[in-house]
Amino acid sequence: MDPKTFLFYAFSAILIAAALRVVTARNPVHAALFLVLSFFTAASIWVLLKAEFLAIVLVLVYVGAVMVLFLFVVMLLDIDLARIREGFARNLWAAIPVGLLIVFEMAAVLMRGFLSTDVQAPADSARIGLTRELGKVLYGQYYYAFEIAAAILVVAIIAAIALTLRRRQDVSYSDNGSAIAVKRGDRIRLVDMKSESAEQTDGGGK
Amino acid sequence: MPLTVSLTHYLILGAILFTISIVGIFVNRKNAIVLLMAIELMLLAVNINFLAFSHYLGDAAGQIFVFFIMTVAAAEAAIGLAILVVLFRNMHSINVEDFDSLKG
Repeated sequence: MDPKTFLFYAFSAILIAAALRVVTARNPVHAALFLVLSFFTAASIWVLLKAEFLAIVLVLVYVGAVMVLFLFVVMLLDIDLARIREGFARNLWAAIPVGLLIVFEMAAVLMRGFLSTDVQAPADSARIGLTRELGKVLYGQYYYAFEIAAAILVVAIIAAIALTLRRRQDVSYSDNGSAIAVKRGDRIRLVDMKSESAEQTDGGGK
Repeated sequence: MPLTVSLTHYLILGAILFTISIVGIFVNRKNAIVLLMAIELMLLAVNINFLAFSHYLGDAAGQIFVFFIMTVAAAEAAIGLAILVVLFRNMHSINVEDFDSLKG
């Protein structure tokens, strides 16, 4: 068994084990951490497929940004674990037949379509994953799709901020503008009062 | 099936991952955050298929498509988590069964 084959099987085993733990972990934090592991292992498998640029992007974007966001939200929310887990075993009995059915269907398609034709990778297929080659295609042929992707990201940023932005009613805020604009007359009221006479004060004393 | 890695091996790996995430959606029906994670896992399985085809057919289009899938998935995760935070603020729960105020 050559090293590449060994690495493929090792990474696949880790990836499948981590994916199983993602969907079965009791604690969502553990699920998120196992998802980090599965993304990392998938990046290794992508390197085996000579897609180095996308493997690094997967690590940077998913492990670095999306999963941190997930962990952040999971830890932010106070989740009632007992309620959320109820019905797990009951759902499992529905999920196992469906899962097996999907496995058989996919296996049938793959066995019929791809097992007989033993596709060999072309000699130059290691080149297409290089950043330079990918950039040429991305900024040339797929230029408009790239622009649309950028627009989607902007929409996502605006939507995420607009959804979570709020002004809480139960907290008092200080408004800098109005604090600076305040005048002496707004705070202090001078009242003219007649001063009390001397004998009145003495009489009160006796 | 020969032991040496071929296109079929990658496709089967993708199929297994996809099935695991479907089963995950079934069993974690109530937990909105694990549902989002299962969707991410599903997209990962699809990406593995795209990259395997791209490598074995020598076509860059598969890798470009993976690039765009990752962009959309990142946007989806950001908006999904924002919706989840807003829901938790209003409902104090991420149990999907509690999100029934529309009475649909």
